[in-house]
Amino acid sequence: MTAITRDEVAHLARLSRLALDESELDTLAAQLGDILTAVAKVQEVAQGDIPPSSHALPLTNVYRPDEARPGLTPEQALAGAPAVEDQRFRVPRILGEEE
Amino acid sequence: MSEVIGLGAAELGAAIKTGEVSSEEATTAYLDRIATVDGDIRAFLHVGREQALEQARAVDARRAEGAELGPLAGVPVAHKDVFTTRDMPTTAASKILEGWRPPYDATVTARLREAGMVILGKTNMDEFAMGSSTENSAYQVTRNPWDTTRIPGGSSGGSSAAVAAFEAPLATGTDTGGSIRQPAAVCGLVGGKPTYGGSSRYGMIAFASSLDTPGPFARNVLDAALLHEAFSGHDPRDSTSIEAAVPPVVEAARNGDVEGLRVGVVKELDNDGFQPGVRQRFRETVELLESLGAKVVEVSCPSFDAALSAYYLIAPSECSSNLARFDAMRYGLRVGDDGTRSAEEVMSLTRAQGFGPEVKRRIMLGTYALSSGYYDAYYGSAQQVRTLIKRDFDAAFENVDVLVSPTTPTTAFPIGERSEDPMAMYLADLCTIPSNLAGNASLSVPCGLAPEDGLPVGFQVMAPPLADDRTYRVAAAVERALTGRDGALIARSPYAVA
Repeated sequence: MTAITRDEVAHLARLSRLALDESELDTLAAQLGDILTAVAKVQEVAQGDIPPSSHALPLTNVYRPDEARPGLTPEQALAGAPAVEDQRFRVPRILGEEE
Repeated sequence: MSEVIGLGAAELGAAIKTGEVSSEEATTAYLDRIATVDGDIRAFLHVGREQALEQARAVDARRAEGAELGPLAGVPVAHKDVFTTRDMPTTAASKILEGWRPPYDATVTARLREAGMVILGKTNMDEFAMGSSTENSAYQVTRNPWDTTRIPGGSSGGSSAAVAAFEAPLATGTDTGGSIRQPAAVCGLVGGKPTYGGSSRYGMIAFASSLDTPGPFARNVLDAALLHEAFSGHDPRDSTSIEAAVPPVVEAARNGDVEGLRVGVVKELDNDGFQPGVRQRFRETVELLESLGAKVVEVSCPSFDAALSAYYLIAPSECSSNLARFDAMRYGLRVGDDGTRSAEEVMSLTRAQGFGPEVKRRIMLGTYALSSGYYDAYYGSAQQVRTLIKRDFDAAFENVDVLVSPTTPTTAFPIGERSEDPMAMYLADLCTIPSNLAGNASLSVPCGLAPEDGLPVGFQVMAPPLADDRTYRVAAAVERALTGRDGALIARSPYAVA
């Protein structure tokens, strides 16, 4: 049984940028523990020096020529933005967060 | 217009080509059908009536000018809401993207338009394609046309329900762990997962990038092959796209000859825990293939037993990384930006409010599996299992041409039955997941109704990467024999239109 404490869940929520409420933390502590117990099976099977696969098929990086191409106009790029100012994305303050 | 709606996509395309039916007539008939039945089925999140009619008229005008039309020109299609569309909202069934209008088309969308197809609207799904029942949609619960108290499968459940309820002759889907094949199976449809890299992911909202694969839904094998061919093939905008011709799926769907074909029954994908009627129909279909000249052997793929576990570490890990882009800054929902909160606080509040429970659960699980101290034990081990699964497939395909199994352990389950139990829900993907982890071609074709509940059963055919045509060949053989004996399975659905 893989136990996950409520503090660990709260830490994961911070890493995940999810402002979860108290009841969500409790529910997830139980559910994540159950799921991790079930999927821990991979540790029994994956023994020895088996190479890991991050992808199903062999991949090589693909490049295209470094040439300018038509892209979105500023209006198109900003069309879905929550807030816009002077043809830019307006975002909440990002400095002084340590204060 | 029930005559038009009763036609398959290939037949409808042919009728439009000869001028027997106009695309506008066909599109109007389907829009009317949606207006009549979608209040019960709830397959569509958005219906683009004006855009659809405009596209239909454009195809009719091209024909009038003497242009040579392709096989699906003018044929309507339902489009999963995970693909970006310039002219319709795209939400992936999430509140975080409510009302979002993408500034560009996905490659799959662009290719549907290039083929002259008419996009009727966007279909419901599990939020960000995470789920097996479409109950995880933030907007609505979609119902299975065979029994409206049951799930239509997921995550592409809006697409499967739309085609099974004759609201569209064709639909697109995406398959990360079975999200096309499982809904196809439980709705009595043909659903294909192409080889990974055979169909483009550009403009498809990412869940787990090493697994996500666009594919077709249809009411028969030939129609599925035509749609597969229409939107697949190399795309320079997807770095994982394979530079190879689309396998000859249409020819294989027309052929259906399995004489001498070596068929392997996967021992690990059929066990005592499966529903008896599913096992019965599966075994009968294996015997049917044998009677048609296929050589059937039993094959063991021992590491498939760990596939579900590996998947539920790999997919959440990739999702936790992919969904980091929903940061409330450039598009989508923003919550709590009152001038006092920091960017990070706004981000965390937005994500907590914009994502549903299953998406949060998977982000948290993936964050755990990738975090320092747990990485090797969870994500690392899962990647090793992925290697073992590929090796099992490679070894099996040295001796057989295709592998087969039931598509799902059970028929469609009741709405609500598994929504509080994530692990029970995950079991629905037991048989479909190995093909996503290995990237090979796989397809589900109807093989009858389970005797105990009268609901459709799916037969899964798996082939090596880029041998997609073999899955269509076997499916065509099964369809031809069963339709010859019993008539088309879909005709027995309560929502069938003759």
